[in-house]
Amino acid sequence: MEFSQLQHYSPHTPAQASVSRVMLNVMLALIPGIVVYIFFFGWGVLVNIVLASIFALLAESLVLAVRKRPVFTTLLDGSALLTGILLALALPSHSAWWVIAVGVFFAIIIAKQLYGGLGLNPFNPAMTGYVVLLISFPLEMTRWSPPLELAEQSLSLIEAFRYSFSGYLPSSMDLDMISLATPLDIARERVDMGMKLSAVRSEFSIFSLLSGKGTEWINVAFLAGGIWLLFIRLIDWRIPASLLLAMGAAAGVFWLINPEQYLSPLFHLFAGATMLGAFFIATDPVTASTTPVGRLIFGAGCGLLIYIIRSGGGYPDGVAFAVLLMNLSAPLIDHFSQPRITGYKKPEEPKP
Amino acid sequence: MNNPQLINTNYSKIVQDGLWNNNPALAQVLGLCPLLAVSGTVINALALGVATMLVLVASNLAVSLLRQYIPNEIRIPIFVLIIAGFVTIVEHLMHAYLYNLYTVLGIFVPLIVTNCAIIGRAEGFASKHSPMPSIIDGISMGLGFTGVLVALGVMREILAQGTLFADANIMLGQWAKTVTIFEDYDGFLLAALPPGAFIGLGLLLALKNVIDQNMRKRQSSRLTVEVLDSNAVAVISQPD
Repeated sequence: MEFSQLQHYSPHTPAQASVSRVMLNVMLALIPGIVVYIFFFGWGVLVNIVLASIFALLAESLVLAVRKRPVFTTLLDGSALLTGILLALALPSHSAWWVIAVGVFFAIIIAKQLYGGLGLNPFNPAMTGYVVLLISFPLEMTRWSPPLELAEQSLSLIEAFRYSFSGYLPSSMDLDMISLATPLDIARERVDMGMKLSAVRSEFSIFSLLSGKGTEWINVAFLAGGIWLLFIRLIDWRIPASLLLAMGAAAGVFWLINPEQYLSPLFHLFAGATMLGAFFIATDPVTASTTPVGRLIFGAGCGLLIYIIRSGGGYPDGVAFAVLLMNLSAPLIDHFSQPRITGYKKPEEPKP
Repeated sequence: MNNPQLINTNYSKIVQDGLWNNNPALAQVLGLCPLLAVSGTVINALALGVATMLVLVASNLAVSLLRQYIPNEIRIPIFVLIIAGFVTIVEHLMHAYLYNLYTVLGIFVPLIVTNCAIIGRAEGFASKHSPMPSIIDGISMGLGFTGVLVALGVMREILAQGTLFADANIMLGQWAKTVTIFEDYDGFLLAALPPGAFIGLGLLLALKNVIDQNMRKRQSSRLTVEVLDSNAVAVISQPD
């Protein structure tokens, strides 16, 4: 039947944005965060992004060619590129090229294409790639760069590229100058050793007003990008809001119990990958819950899990594991949170 | 001699089924617990595969010999008892002669009892066939299972440690040496962890499906050619 022959009744909804447009807007929203990241931590993250994007496009075209799918048109949807960029942002800057390659290939080929491609993958590809790297190469994955402010010397763009490919550093520098524990790591480690938080925060110069030097501003920038995404209605408010609320509430309760042992809610909200995770990773439309109530549960679950993994786990941050665990439960959440059909009333309970 | 099975048993089909078409791991997808848990290195995989094969051959033979006397209603418990008996024998033998290997494999040797590939063969084959085909079935099924275990072991050990046959001496004696594939290899931990086993098995299953598909395609194209040929002959010979 021709489209024009169909009868049209109200209500009408405007045409949904195409996939490539959605991906483009998400990438635009990431730009402030990336710029601030480079400003505070140097060129490493840009090298990550360039390499990860190239590997992502390579991996996607490879699989599409094997599956005899249209390569060029599918690449243009931008989903592979976005996966690469998100993974690059999750990695420590100055990651070696082979670490990035393994992560991206795993994310694109195994976590996404082997399940059938975009829209059919149950797990967030970027986070799957990150977790594979985290459990496979623990040493490489804990070399976080110090903020430029604290580093005596930093790599130029060319040197950063060369370091990623050959591991070669200029003769005046050594590995210690480009790797440092993150604020979350330091806080957890020292408190476990019995130090008071106030003492930790004054002893280590990496701590700042909200969380860590540089980290807090990156989080603010990602928050701004996320709010823009909310404003143009590309993402639903429910997942980020419930994620941040649940995380803040959990952190708040423990902070009120003992502020010398537990980090404040503000610290948690602006540390690590909180804002990136809340607005850009947990909101992935393919792997998150889709019902309104389900999204609230999904976000709250992510928030609680991030807090639990950060406080009790041994990993740098908890966002990736939390999102993957909630991806796993998303179909179940959706099943039990279907919205009521219009006009349907609950049957009255028979009176005893 | 009315039983047709006794007269013409198709041994090559039994062997083909066990090794490929009806492979316990790749086609029946049975016995995955030991398959996934013990395939971290080639030697562990080989040892468990051989132990499973010994039990499988012995239990197939015993079930086949006793098949006239086992009451149908309680056949499963009897099969389990028979299998458990042979597992105990294998376990004691390993304990006595290959003590290091015994400690490495640990609980997975006694757990052969619960390997459903073995009870599956007792129920599906040995209880309906005479001893000779049952032994052949046990050997080929056992080899098929061992083959998949070793293939998975090779994949995981190379990826995880960059070696092959690590600790081979605990199974094969002092002459066996570890082969190093990659020098200075940092290791890819994922392959050694449980997800590595699942992903590896998934890839092997996919590989088998691809090979089967290609074989079927080739066979069907050959068949049509033959049919066309015979039609042609029929057409040519029609004028008579």
